[in-house]
Amino acid sequence: MITRHDLRHAGLTGLWFMFLTFPLVVIKINPIEHTVHWRWSNMVWIGVVSFLASLTIRLVQGRRRTGENEKQQSLLQTSVRQFDLLRRPAFFRAALITSSVLLISFPLFFSSYQVNILTTALMYVVLGLGLNIVVGMAGLLDLGYVAFYAVGAYTYALLHLHFNLGFWMVLPIGGLLGALFGLLLGFPVLRLRGDYLAIVTLAFGQIVRLILENWSEFSKGPSGIANIARPGLFGLTLSPEATITYLYYLMIGLVGLTVFVVNRLQNSRIGRAWQALREDEIACQAMGIDKTKIKLSAFALGATWAGMAGVFFAAKTTFVNPASFTFIESAIILCIVVLGGMGSIAGVMVGALILILLPEYLRAVADYRMLAFGAILVVMMIVRPQGLIAPKRRTYTLPSTHNPVNSSDVPASDR
Amino acid sequence: MEYFIELLFSGLTRGSIYALIALGYTMVYGIIGLINFAHGEMYMIGAFTGLIVAEILLIYQFPLPAVFVLTALAAVIWSSAYGFTVERIAYRPLRKAPRLAPLISAIGMSIFLQNYVQLVQTADFLPFPSLIPEFAFLEPYAGIIGSTDAAILVVSLIAMLLLSVMVKWTRIGKAMRATAQDQKMALLVGVNVDRIISFTFILGSGLAAIGGVLIASHVGQINVFIGFIAGIKAFTAAVLGGIGSIPGAVLGSYVLGLTESLTTGYVSSDYEDVFAFALLVLILIFRPSGLLGKASVDKV
Repeated sequence: MITRHDLRHAGLTGLWFMFLTFPLVVIKINPIEHTVHWRWSNMVWIGVVSFLASLTIRLVQGRRRTGENEKQQSLLQTSVRQFDLLRRPAFFRAALITSSVLLISFPLFFSSYQVNILTTALMYVVLGLGLNIVVGMAGLLDLGYVAFYAVGAYTYALLHLHFNLGFWMVLPIGGLLGALFGLLLGFPVLRLRGDYLAIVTLAFGQIVRLILENWSEFSKGPSGIANIARPGLFGLTLSPEATITYLYYLMIGLVGLTVFVVNRLQNSRIGRAWQALREDEIACQAMGIDKTKIKLSAFALGATWAGMAGVFFAAKTTFVNPASFTFIESAIILCIVVLGGMGSIAGVMVGALILILLPEYLRAVADYRMLAFGAILVVMMIVRPQGLIAPKRRTYTLPSTHNPVNSSDVPASDR
Repeated sequence: MEYFIELLFSGLTRGSIYALIALGYTMVYGIIGLINFAHGEMYMIGAFTGLIVAEILLIYQFPLPAVFVLTALAAVIWSSAYGFTVERIAYRPLRKAPRLAPLISAIGMSIFLQNYVQLVQTADFLPFPSLIPEFAFLEPYAGIIGSTDAAILVVSLIAMLLLSVMVKWTRIGKAMRATAQDQKMALLVGVNVDRIISFTFILGSGLAAIGGVLIASHVGQINVFIGFIAGIKAFTAAVLGGIGSIPGAVLGSYVLGLTESLTTGYVSSDYEDVFAFALLVLILIFRPSGLLGKASVDKV
């Protein structure tokens, strides 16, 4: 129950936040006309909201500590078990088929505007899955992932501009160049540990963007490159609506390919080596895994998808400029991976769809989009670091531990 | 020659600002081993709070010195309050979590604070009033060093001096060094580690806020994105000097400030930021322990 102590704590928290946010939230000045605008109502809101939030958090924490809510605990566990349903092969197959059918028939029922939004969301699925290789599977925090995306987009833009190469020609080139840049980043950072690695990748991402912005002879600077051709379909000219639908199906194909490849990678020798690297670098080396090769392959394979998504992005928007490849973009992709569940393919897909589609459909949310992304990163780390759908660990159950009743008999006869 | 001296002073001014921010990074890293990604935002929040307070005081026609002191004070108070709160919300629950968790949380906090200020204030550039009067005694050297530069140098040197005295000789300074050396041991000898960590955040944010007000008054405009780039550069300076070491952070900041000012003065200013980032990458790769830092050895 709510004690007086809880109330006092929540009250103090409310007061603290009212004080904390006072100058920034309440006062708004106009430095040109030198007028001050006081917004006292905001202060009341902050106070009330932080009071209630603090009270709720305290109650939840307090109950968890005293074990008062066994009923709710078990409720929580059943909901977790429902997540486990996803892991049952039959259910998984059914879900897969339903969602593919829904996705494929989507353009038949919805307007091209909706289709366009979904295409964007699917692009982020590919980006998220690519980053998932580096961050989720190999445990290397990459904050400059957007650089590879930029490499892909500019590959198509420049090759189209100078050599008039088509989309299909450039798609593999973009992927390869992405991988090459991944190696380029990977080589120098091989020796670095987690947090330093994050900062170097961040700097790398910034360097790529700043070069694109400043080296005007090469990239046309901040004004960008326009009039990039859309993907061709055997030389047919398509109407605008048909192009959108066509792009959508291409994207579906790319997502399908990504999911297939990433899934195969995850359970392969190299995928298991990544996971070993993530868990413990030293133990991983002791098991005879070549750290250099494994790290480089993670960077290269992760970057490949960003490169291909970049080519696709350039073809979809027909325009690229450096402003599309800021740190914020990297942060959004990271947020997708963290929310969905680092290392979990289904999780990343769900994360991308939630984070990209929600702000599109809830316009009220759109203004608070980046605010929410920041908050999600913090809250997920504290409350549920494994993400919405935790990655499945490959486990082998030994027969003796599988069924404890029989296990007492078996060793005897074995002996 | 005069051009060179002018560049020298502008480099020292830059270096002082970097030092004020870099100290926060290095102290936090020294104590809990976390790159406080949101530290640049403390500097930005300091500058914004300063702008609001300064404008109000100027409307009521306070004398300029009083405005400067009160503005700096308000910026320090609120910035420290934010630093304290951020640590409590985003880092304390994760103190025993794997290494990447607090880092991701810090990145989230940085994005959150940036967008929070953007929502409640504005995303546009705002003009910042010049709070430092023209000193008459500097008149003859106007070509070499401006009053604002001089004020920045003096104020930041005083702040750094006070900090080093505090860390070296006071009780809480000793407790900070003990916590940095060995958290468990410090706990055993009766240091309230939680309080020391909070205090470190408060101190670092306060210093960053002073830097924010000074630089805003120097440049004459601010927006919500200033924290990101200044944070990265100050981090570069901290790493250059050897992260975790307080004199290292100051040295690294001046080295970075001078090289930046000289390269932009003699070579080109187009790639100013690229230069800082490239320097950061190179140090981290070739000498991650920095100029004054000790190489850390991981024990298994």
